[in-house]
Amino acid sequence: MTRYDAPTHWQSRYDHFIGGEYVKPHGGGYFENPTPVTGQTFTEVARGTAPDVEKALDAAHGAADAWGRTSVAERALILNRIADRMQDNLESLAIAESWENGKPVRETLAADIPLAIDHFRYFAGAIRAQEGSLGEIDDDTVAYHFHEPLGVVGQIIPWNFPILMATWKLAPALAAGNAVVLKPAEQTPASIHYWLSLVADLLPPGVLNIVNGFGVEAGKPLASSARVAKVAFTGETTTGRLIMQYASENIKPVTLELGGKSPNIFFDDVSAASDDFLDKALEGFTMFALNQGEVCTCPSRALIQQGHYSDFLAAAVERTKAIVAGHPLDTDTMIGAQASNDQLEKILSYLDIGRQEGAKVLTGGSRADLGGDLSGGYYVEPTIFEGDNSMRVFQEEIFGPVVSVTSFADLDDAVKTANDTLYGLGAGVWTRDMNVAYRAGRAIQAGRVWTNCYHAYPAHAAFGGYKQSGIGRENHKMMLEHYQQTKNLLVSYSTQKLGFF
Amino acid sequence: MSVVSVTPAAADLIRSLRGRHGPLMFHQSGGCCDGSAPMCYPAGEFRTGSSDVLLASLAVDGVPEPVEFWMSSAQWELWKHTRLTVDVVPGRGSGFSLEAPDGLRFLIRSRLAA
Repeated sequence: MTRYDAPTHWQSRYDHFIGGEYVKPHGGGYFENPTPVTGQTFTEVARGTAPDVEKALDAAHGAADAWGRTSVAERALILNRIADRMQDNLESLAIAESWENGKPVRETLAADIPLAIDHFRYFAGAIRAQEGSLGEIDDDTVAYHFHEPLGVVGQIIPWNFPILMATWKLAPALAAGNAVVLKPAEQTPASIHYWLSLVADLLPPGVLNIVNGFGVEAGKPLASSARVAKVAFTGETTTGRLIMQYASENIKPVTLELGGKSPNIFFDDVSAASDDFLDKALEGFTMFALNQGEVCTCPSRALIQQGHYSDFLAAAVERTKAIVAGHPLDTDTMIGAQASNDQLEKILSYLDIGRQEGAKVLTGGSRADLGGDLSGGYYVEPTIFEGDNSMRVFQEEIFGPVVSVTSFADLDDAVKTANDTLYGLGAGVWTRDMNVAYRAGRAIQAGRVWTNCYHAYPAHAAFGGYKQSGIGRENHKMMLEHYQQTKNLLVSYSTQKLGFF
Repeated sequence: MSVVSVTPAAADLIRSLRGRHGPLMFHQSGGCCDGSAPMCYPAGEFRTGSSDVLLASLAVDGVPEPVEFWMSSAQWELWKHTRLTVDVVPGRGSGFSLEAPDGLRFLIRSRLAA
């Protein structure tokens, strides 16, 4: 095991990054940024307001035309150089994100940061390979279709993967030739600035601008501005609707990723042998605790077929009890701290209503006190509820390490329960029978159905929601088109008039 | 028993926000990140429609007008066997909800309907 020291590479204060330099907040205010590991403040961050957003939009508009005309080879080269810098600093980036968010460093080292690096490389490649099209309307007439950048886009980033979620939005937007004004989450603004300290010199001034602050003070002026051509947001339904309402005032597109209540379905034949596959499926069950459950696709509903229900669930409880809680910077730690106090309180409120509704606690169910300086941090025991899909703990995103388990009779029953939700972002299907896997995967109303795997997020696999889970598909070259306009040149090569006039 | 009630601490915060921002409203969020929590906006900031249900018009001492509490009707179908209490805890993030800069966060506590 390795136990990293608390990172010391933070600045004591982070201002806004506008036009290629750090700029003090117009209102002069700063807010404290605590680590959820101990609850102690480690830096302070500029409290952005509308004038700061306007200044960032000025810088972005000043840079957008030149960036949009920069060759795709050059833009791709810059994205690859960003990836190289991140690769060279993978460990310090991982520690920074872990310290700010509370997640185990084993995850940031193995997943968050490597995925972010690959994401920049993927979109560097995708933009090089993207082509327009032409349609030969008739012998004299050709329709040319060009991809053009939107111009200046606004991006509002969540706190659960501060660097990776920023990358999911930045890489396609920058590749497509847009200038960006980005607002990090107010819970986790600092790690994106540490990332920026490594790569800021690679981008022309104004192409990337970061305005910190609270949603109501900085996010709203960005999302409601007539000067952004598009808004991208990851978060929850009410704010998603509000952003759509603002966008409707200016007739701008949005992409939204708003969460889910993902079912993870285990058919009887998973337990047909005691082998590697069964072991993998049990790990797949336990994935509800990845990132402390603070994942939009947390497999927070486990549906287990009746034939192996008792045996599989008993093994899953044991697997869950084996999750090692501890200091997030210890590489043996499997579950760290929830990202904020209010997140902790919300999870505890769901543990309460789950019990009131009659769900049975099979393990966990409480706040965890890990002792020492971690006593001030925000830790929750991995929790398994057993109950019915109508209960609120089966229907609402808790965003904590909490899974609710129920049984099903057959494929139709599994699909019915899986789809009995307002959301449709992710799902998991586990079976040794590929025909069952295919039928279930096609019938589940969710944008991503992991089949005999879970929580994999490779670039080039489209990710996005059905139903109330949002609009758009990230993580794939199709996201480029969410950051582009189509220009059609309809060209006549005939010298003859039509004859109307 | 009313569908939505307010703790004294939440009432204090509502009074304070009312003083600074004018009339208020709540819309209960679903989904990830800062979701599954009530969002507090200036009244009328969030446009409710046919997909929403007005759960309560909260009377808060010191606030001259009722504070409407809304939820999407699809979500209320799943919540209607419970009664809700608006509370407040120290916190940080909240979408565009008004209280976040105060270092506070509205939170829903639930109990089964009698």
